[in-house]
Amino acid sequence: MAGYPIELIVMQLFTGLALGTVFVLLAVGLSMVFGLLTVVNFAHGAFYTVGAYTGVFLFGLTGNFWVCLVGVPLVVGTIGLVVERFLVRPLYGRGIDYPLLLTFGLAYVLVELVRIAFGTSGVPFSAPPSLQGALNLGFGYFPLYRVFLVGFTTVLLIGLWLFIERTRYGLVIRAGARDPEIVRVLGIDVSRVWLLVFGLGTAVAGLAGLLAAPMRGVIPEMGIPVLVEAFVVTVVGGMGSLAGAVVAGLLVGVVVSMTSLFAPAFADMSMFALMALVLVIRPQGLFGRAGLMGG
Amino acid sequence: MLKVEDLEAWYGRSYILQKVNLHVDAGEVVSVIGRNGAGKTTTLRALMGLVAKRHGRVEFEGRDLLGLPTHERYRHGLAYVPEDRSIVPGLTVRENLRLGLLASPHLKREAEIIERLAETFPRLKERLDQIGETLSGGEQQMLAIARALAADPRMILLDEPSEGIMPVLVDEMFELFEKLRAEGMTILLVEQSVDRALAISDRAYIMDQGVIVHESGAAALLADEEMQERYCSV
Ligand SMILES: Nc1ncnc2c1ncn2[C@@H]1O[C@H](COP(=O)(O)OP(=O)(O)O)[C@@H](O)[C@H]1O
Ligand SMILES: [Mg+2]
Repeated sequence: MAGYPIELIVMQLFTGLALGTVFVLLAVGLSMVFGLLTVVNFAHGAFYTVGAYTGVFLFGLTGNFWVCLVGVPLVVGTIGLVVERFLVRPLYGRGIDYPLLLTFGLAYVLVELVRIAFGTSGVPFSAPPSLQGALNLGFGYFPLYRVFLVGFTTVLLIGLWLFIERTRYGLVIRAGARDPEIVRVLGIDVSRVWLLVFGLGTAVAGLAGLLAAPMRGVIPEMGIPVLVEAFVVTVVGGMGSLAGAVVAGLLVGVVVSMTSLFAPAFADMSMFALMALVLVIRPQGLFGRAGLMGG
Repeated sequence: MLKVEDLEAWYGRSYILQKVNLHVDAGEVVSVIGRNGAGKTTTLRALMGLVAKRHGRVEFEGRDLLGLPTHERYRHGLAYVPEDRSIVPGLTVRENLRLGLLASPHLKREAEIIERLAETFPRLKERLDQIGETLSGGEQQMLAIARALAADPRMILLDEPSEGIMPVLVDEMFELFEKLRAEGMTILLVEQSVDRALAISDRAYIMDQGVIVHESGAAALLADEEMQERYCSV
């Protein structure tokens, strides 16, 4: 590490965490939908793209980033509800490949719609003025937007955790993940639970798209690498584990950003190396498959 | 209250229930006994809508149930305690009880209802915040029954509640059934401990190879050693 000032390393670590929060948000939705519905959602990256573009649209309309922050998850979540209800639901019980192929095709349709509505080249989107500039963290200046991103995601994840652990909807989600039959026997319509979870997963993916937009740019193809990243994080963390998504997301973010500092040529492949390593040591991922919130 | 006519059920291609006919009147306790594999569990599962391929007529309080989804049956007052108890992993005793209440219109009185259940099931009382799975087999069975009672059902289906449970807890459980019966609960009970089941039942059916082969008053069957020998000995 000779030649690298400690401040630079710490700054890069923090950059990794900021990047990691986007991974966490993506993986949470993907992992939740897989853990409960056993649907491998190949449209997850497309929902992320739609989230970013919905943000662009709402920002053009209102000029207010905070409106986007509320509006984007609502809009994308609603699209998710419609997709589950009318496209995914008829495929339950038919094996894992049906919803997989469906969402794979849906991803193309959604991205094509984005191209038709917003054009094939990218559109500019920057952080709101109040979140531009840099914050002095004591050891150096750090972009304010990334500090916001880490803080906002933390609050969001705590909220999600409280929702799952403390509310009756969360109780049904946890029970439905482990024993859907007894949930039905006790008078609860599980299909509404699956609907809610799918909507929640897509809402969070859309939100991730909006939050990443000022950092990573907005183009119709932005969801493609992201889908891969989300799968890597989900596999590293363990399919279906929320805690796994959080830890693995941050870990992958830090690994990628550290490799781009010390060995830039390997930055792109570092997350795959990490995934391979985890798969060799713990094939079920860091947090196994004890079920949602299981570890 | 419950009337089952020509109920048929299949697992894949195997024809399991071959026209089952039975009825349970309001306030009755009725036992279904028979060897392992006779189709008792399948009958209860079909009544709850848990067998994919089924046919026939199931009338509950004048309403045809067979086409209704499982969760609607519970909402109409039909509760079911499965053979494996189905205590949800990772959930506390209290959360398991809450689960039984979520579909009930009395959800607002949750604290009061859980309090009342804890009085009826003293073994659960001091374990409310323990993970349900860590309870002993008998306690888990008590929890499963308490959960099924949470929403004040009009009828309860019990699948071998005494299976694999310490004798002292079995006594406690049958005392509870006596009490439920005295309060007017309608019960359809599947049991292997024939004597105990018959002792608290009004009537009984014997099931064999997917059909009801015999129906009689519980006392009469209790006295009929030959019948018991023929269909219930392992
Ligand atoms: N899930 C299943 N798939 C296929 N066959 C089953 C299944 N469950 C039970 N069976 C068969 O159905 C018959 C009735 O089983 P069951 O209703 O469990 O009997 P009982 O509860 O009286 O012991 C048995 O022959 C059993 O092997
Ligand atoms: Mg059985």
